[in-house]
Amino acid sequence: MSALTRARTWLDERFHWADLVGPLKKKTVPVHRLSYWYFLGGITLFLFIIQVCTGILLLLYYRPGANEAFESVQYIMTRVQFGWLVRSIHSWAANLMILTAFAHMFSVVFLRAYRKPRELTWLSGMVLLFLALGFGFSGYLLPWNTLAFFATKVGTEITGQVPVVGRHLMIFLRGGEDVTGATLTRFFGFHVAVLPGLTTLFVLIHLALVQYFGMSVPPGVEARWKTSPQEARQMKFFPNFFLRELMAWYIALGVLGALAAILPWELGTKADPFAPAPAGIRPEWYFMFMFQTLKKIPAKLWFVDGEVVGILVFGAAGLVWMLLPFFDKAGGGRGRKFIMGAGVFALAYIIAMTFYGYAAK
Amino acid sequence: MKTEEPGRIQPLRRRMVEMLLGGGLFASIVSAIYPVLRYLVPPPVADLGGDEIVAAKVGDLKPNSSKIVRFGTRPALLLMTSEGEYRALSAVCTHLSCTVQYRNDLHQVWCACHNGMYDLNGRNISGPPPRPLEVYQVHVRGDEIVISRKREA
Repeated sequence: MSALTRARTWLDERFHWADLVGPLKKKTVPVHRLSYWYFLGGITLFLFIIQVCTGILLLLYYRPGANEAFESVQYIMTRVQFGWLVRSIHSWAANLMILTAFAHMFSVVFLRAYRKPRELTWLSGMVLLFLALGFGFSGYLLPWNTLAFFATKVGTEITGQVPVVGRHLMIFLRGGEDVTGATLTRFFGFHVAVLPGLTTLFVLIHLALVQYFGMSVPPGVEARWKTSPQEARQMKFFPNFFLRELMAWYIALGVLGALAAILPWELGTKADPFAPAPAGIRPEWYFMFMFQTLKKIPAKLWFVDGEVVGILVFGAAGLVWMLLPFFDKAGGGRGRKFIMGAGVFALAYIIAMTFYGYAAK
Repeated sequence: MKTEEPGRIQPLRRRMVEMLLGGGLFASIVSAIYPVLRYLVPPPVADLGGDEIVAAKVGDLKPNSSKIVRFGTRPALLLMTSEGEYRALSAVCTHLSCTVQYRNDLHQVWCACHNGMYDLNGRNISGPPPRPLEVYQVHVRGDEIVISRKREA
């Protein structure tokens, strides 16, 4: 008996192996011309795993603190062997992960995978997206360079504009009135302890829900399969879909490695809190559409601050977006049209404002 | 068109595919693990101390007293015997690398961690230390007391 079979028998005697792998064996993935969109969530998960691994590696040499952070990242990039690669992969994977998460979200909207009974899967996914944005915002400051310092100043200042709780929230985020070494310590704590814990929890919930409900079939395909059941095709999750997913991960790894090696992430100059902000301060690209909108709103709208209006509108839009699945059943066709319209509008708005933000200085 | 005999040709092709797949996978894993292993090795710390430092000024030490000084990256023990003679020793215990101290009541060098004892020439005389402490040379240059590593003759 080979060692593998022995190990399996050992486990089988204790846990009843068939029960453990049963759900995985039963799981199937629908096969149709839109099946490619099923890969995006998995690729996002893969990039998150890359982030955990490279993040742990960076923790070996990174030192939080206004006097040490920049120098330690510089040390990683210049002295530690392959340190430049590890940091570059961490930065690139972070950006690609946000990108694939957004693509995953919009594919769910347009393929209407959010509809009953998957409302909670959508909600847990939205929480994961916000956590990912939190990772991006907190991680951006950690190298303590000029660009990140001022972007964090602006970002937390915007938080401070939220009515009633804004100021307290800003002081909580900054660890004081201003962005200082105390802010860096906090962001470091959020980035390496609070957010990873929450994200792991929500990833597990999200995956459990996906596993429980199975893959959603787009309504158009579903209708066709109902009229002619002989067309309906399914693929076993294990090993058929699993191996395809691995291939997608492998391609993602290739793209990631190439980007990290050919276009290594820059470090910039060390932040000086008493130097004037240089030209071209901007947030990470995925915050750009909000940043650009706030820049374009007039200072005063009627009698309220323009920025406050912008934040309230974004807050309301975010809330509606989170509750999107719940509009589907209300009013039948009307609700459906509203969701599609909202999806197209959101995608167009984000893309247009992002490009505008980069084109206009 | 000639069809191939399934039983004979296919195993070879299959083995070929398996070799290519396995080799590619192996190369991928190695190319991921190698940088990580290299990354885990800390870069060497530059020893800027050199072989010689100014440990104290003349008059800093009274007879039967001592001081710990930084020598390169490690601590060293400079002491003045009751007779007024300077001695310099490595302050790193040869047992488990604690920092030793001069006991002016015993006129010996003592390691507090496991009660190791050395004489003023660095010889291990009692307790667990397996080897004597490294002895450094002491020179008085003007009003500076300089300690240096002994050169192998």
